[in-house]
Amino acid sequence: MVKITIDGNVYEVDPKDNLLQTILSLGLDLPYFCWHPALGSVGSCRQCAVKKYSGEDDQKGRIVMACMEPVVDGMRISVNDPEVKDFRANIIELLMTNHPHDCPVCDEGGECHLQDVTLMSGHNYRQFDFNKRTHNNQYLGPFINHEMNRCIQCYRCVRFYREYAGGRDFNVFSSRNRVFFGRYEDGVLENEFSGNLAEVCPTGVFTDKTYKQHFTRKWDLTTAPSICHNCSLGCNIIAGERYGTIRRIASRYNGKVNGYFICDRGRFGYEYVNSDQRIREPLRRGQASGRLEPVDRETVFNYFKKIFDKKPRLLGIGSPKASLESNHALQMLVGKENFFAGVSAVEHQLTLKAIQILKEGPAEVPSLRETEKADTVLILGEDVTNTAPMLALSLRQASRQKPMELPIKMNVPTWHEMAVLELMQDERSPFFVLTPTETKLDDIATAVYRNAPDNIARLAHAVAHYIDSAAPEVENLSEEETELVKQIAENLLSSKQPLIVSGTSCLNESLLEAAANITRALKKRQKSPWIFLTVPEANSVGLALLDEKDLNQAIEKALSDSYDALIILENDLYRRIEEDKANKLFDAFEHVIVLHYLHNSTTDKANLVVPVGPFSESDGTLVNNEGRAQRFYQVFYPGDSVKESWRWLGQIITGHGLNGRSELSKLDDFIEALVRDFPELKAVKDLAPNADFRIAGQKIPRQSHRYSGRTSMNANVNVSEPKPPEDEDSPMSFTMEGYQGMPPSPFISRFWYPGWNSVQAVNKFQIEVGGALRGGDPGLRVFEPQTDSDAPYYTRIPEAFKPQKDQWFAIPVFHIFGSDELSIYTPGVAELAPKPYLLLNQKDAESFSGEKVNVLLDGKQIELTVKTSSSFPSGMVGIPFGLPEMKIFKFPNWVKISG
Amino acid sequence: MFSILRSLWLTFLHTFHKRFTIQYPEEKAKLPARWRGRIVLTRDPDGAERCVACYLCAAACPVDCISLQAAEDETGRRYPEFFRINFSRCIFCGFCEDACPTYAIQLTPDFELVEYDRQNLVYEKENLLISGPGKYHDYNFYRVAGYAVGGKGKGEAEREDPPIDIHDLKP
Repeated sequence: MVKITIDGNVYEVDPKDNLLQTILSLGLDLPYFCWHPALGSVGSCRQCAVKKYSGEDDQKGRIVMACMEPVVDGMRISVNDPEVKDFRANIIELLMTNHPHDCPVCDEGGECHLQDVTLMSGHNYRQFDFNKRTHNNQYLGPFINHEMNRCIQCYRCVRFYREYAGGRDFNVFSSRNRVFFGRYEDGVLENEFSGNLAEVCPTGVFTDKTYKQHFTRKWDLTTAPSICHNCSLGCNIIAGERYGTIRRIASRYNGKVNGYFICDRGRFGYEYVNSDQRIREPLRRGQASGRLEPVDRETVFNYFKKIFDKKPRLLGIGSPKASLESNHALQMLVGKENFFAGVSAVEHQLTLKAIQILKEGPAEVPSLRETEKADTVLILGEDVTNTAPMLALSLRQASRQKPMELPIKMNVPTWHEMAVLELMQDERSPFFVLTPTETKLDDIATAVYRNAPDNIARLAHAVAHYIDSAAPEVENLSEEETELVKQIAENLLSSKQPLIVSGTSCLNESLLEAAANITRALKKRQKSPWIFLTVPEANSVGLALLDEKDLNQAIEKALSDSYDALIILENDLYRRIEEDKANKLFDAFEHVIVLHYLHNSTTDKANLVVPVGPFSESDGTLVNNEGRAQRFYQVFYPGDSVKESWRWLGQIITGHGLNGRSELSKLDDFIEALVRDFPELKAVKDLAPNADFRIAGQKIPRQSHRYSGRTSMNANVNVSEPKPPEDEDSPMSFTMEGYQGMPPSPFISRFWYPGWNSVQAVNKFQIEVGGALRGGDPGLRVFEPQTDSDAPYYTRIPEAFKPQKDQWFAIPVFHIFGSDELSIYTPGVAELAPKPYLLLNQKDAESFSGEKVNVLLDGKQIELTVKTSSSFPSGMVGIPFGLPEMKIFKFPNWVKISG
Repeated sequence: MFSILRSLWLTFLHTFHKRFTIQYPEEKAKLPARWRGRIVLTRDPDGAERCVACYLCAAACPVDCISLQAAEDETGRRYPEFFRINFSRCIFCGFCEDACPTYAIQLTPDFELVEYDRQNLVYEKENLLISGPGKYHDYNFYRVAGYAVGGKGKGEAEREDPPIDIHDLKP
């Protein structure tokens, strides 16, 4: 800690950050553009000028850029000196000479950092009477809109896109005040994190194109804190609604999980909520027509009443995309022995295995953001860019961790971005990518290894054996493989913070076991390794903690026992298991009841469809891949028919006096019941204050104090304004009434602070800039690794993969756009999703003449276009997972190809 | 005594003064052009809708009686998909007109907004949009904004240089 004097006031600060960051952490206002806590300082915008005095007697001082200035003991500076204020006003005036007069049609207006800083600097009237320079815009794909005239040359976009996110198709062109930020030519931005440009850009050059299609100003959005449902990482998001539809998703800072950013699937994959496939009222299959027909709420309860008259046996199928509360409510309704996790056997087995490995330890489990601090990374089997995209972004930062030792040794501050990059050059942390398919992280890898999942597992087991000879030995490795094993093991042993990444997408249990073995071997060698495992869906871990029984067991049970009705929760079984298996299950039931928000193949089989809210219209809790429980809150009230799944199920449970349960009506009742049945989930209760929480006797509003149109938005229906809906499940209100100050961190629904309308206001919500949110980052682990455990090695080493003569080993290939069930409803995501194909090794493909081949899968013939790769292992085929045009197959599996 | 007579006299003289009371509604009051009455949406000198759906009027409105939704035509021109004013809530403060960056929303000297049914005081865009430019005859937002719309490309607005060639590296 050092003492610095700012405008005569003495502050005690930590000298680890630059002066600008320190000033902002102290809560003072200082304008800036090019600096970003995640991107470091480059000193290009000259906006954060302060006056620095050389000693006690220095009255004159000199102007310096705060972002380029280290904090030293006894330093005396001034932020409010008239000369330096003038300087900042002049700089903004110069930046504004070329900024167009188009705020009214700019999507950034109202949450624009340039607007904020212009006002903060006191440049209120324009004096520039000459011509402005203009730029032509580019087409950058379905997600990002380009309006280059607005650029103020802060270089944040290119620094984020190229250096932080590793994109290569975006750069800066031309010279002086004509510099242009864009692609080499018009085209879709290739990077999976391009959406963050909209938040990184301090003005309106890059804006969210999906938001533009139903544009609403920030102050008019009804927003709530939410959790992304599109993969297992559980990134924190803010969802905004207007006139009954979700308008946009923005990232919600969480110092432990996603930090400042989210991926494009998370940001843009929300449009299923607004889809015309949404189920908005109860539907019952008409006896005469055989079609689903709208009915009222009473009919739903009467339907259940009729079933319950016969003391029925119900079979319930949960969902890894539904909340803990909803799954548990269904479990309460049907009874624990009749509840099954709605996922395939292999997927569920692997998720349970992952949880077991995480719990057993002894490796520590880092949070997503902590993985950035690993200095050696070993990826086993997982193409993280496509299965857990934000992890890829974090690992890219980890690849800079080891070379960061050089600037530290040379006393160059780590925030000094350009100096650090100059020192690092192309140096990277040891980074090993062992996957069957090419990945987007190959460019930063020290070594890549392309092989079948079993062979990757073998190599990983060999690494464990190399580190600790007590680990099982692997025989028959080639010379190159032995060399690679040595290289990986030596690097892991010499690193300060090794990280092993694996996951379930290869559908290979040995991979997870091998990952665990490496961490156990490292622990034996006095290392403290990290392990990070990804799982298939947003609440896969939560569902696995509730129940260990999978869909295959459900089908067996349904066929062997006599059941009266099948209840399926927010799940499309045709995406979980093969078609004929699902058909067999449905045929066994007279009553099929589906709770869902979208029409799909499963609702087609239903006799009764109950309309439930997706993430935007429900509250609930998800458990992410590291075991972190996080609460998401309803954004808006969708009307009387659509309810949360748990609320429908709770009303049915209490309506029939089942299980002698206490009252089940509010979210807190369900959390109470959950924790009573599963004491190990008690952290769920402490995630956020309950619905009775008030600040100064007031609720926390979901709408900003500037929310407009309240007496007009429904006036076309009825000029008398209706009573606003009330939220009995959370301490938040659906209106603008309530406590408009800073809420507790789990209830942050927008980043706004007086004078800071843009997302940069997040600085004010953090204890120190770039650190935890005030009051702590929301989210709690439901299980922690047992770091002192002495878990034994897994001893089963798989056989080496052998290509077969007329059979091919099929594995799923995941795509960030296309493999997910819900995000594909966004037209832009569908546009970027691949068409069905068959991935083959180049040499293997030569044995087929045409571009298309016939693939025999599970007894079904499909025609697929061949895509080749020189590195894809021979004897295997890759089939894109989950594309809407393709059915679900059993993976991994042997298939036949002809053609 | 004198003052009483004087008052009577002065009152008598008023018989010959010009009358201020007018026989409304047969006779209409002459209102200044900037009287704040019924709100209209105007068009620019080229006859196109002036409103660019920036939401500033709605934000400025102290009684929140304006609601709209922005949309964009195929040339990139912004317009309100719907624009609704609930005149039963409007207090004719004129903040919306002050806030409007394009002179689209204007208050007119028409104050005769009376309905038997309150619902009829909800005005939609077709009730609000007039065919002329209102009080401001010459202003056209898109002629000064750097935004490209149909009929006006980049660099074609007032005080704009032609778009730069990004391959040009000349100093």
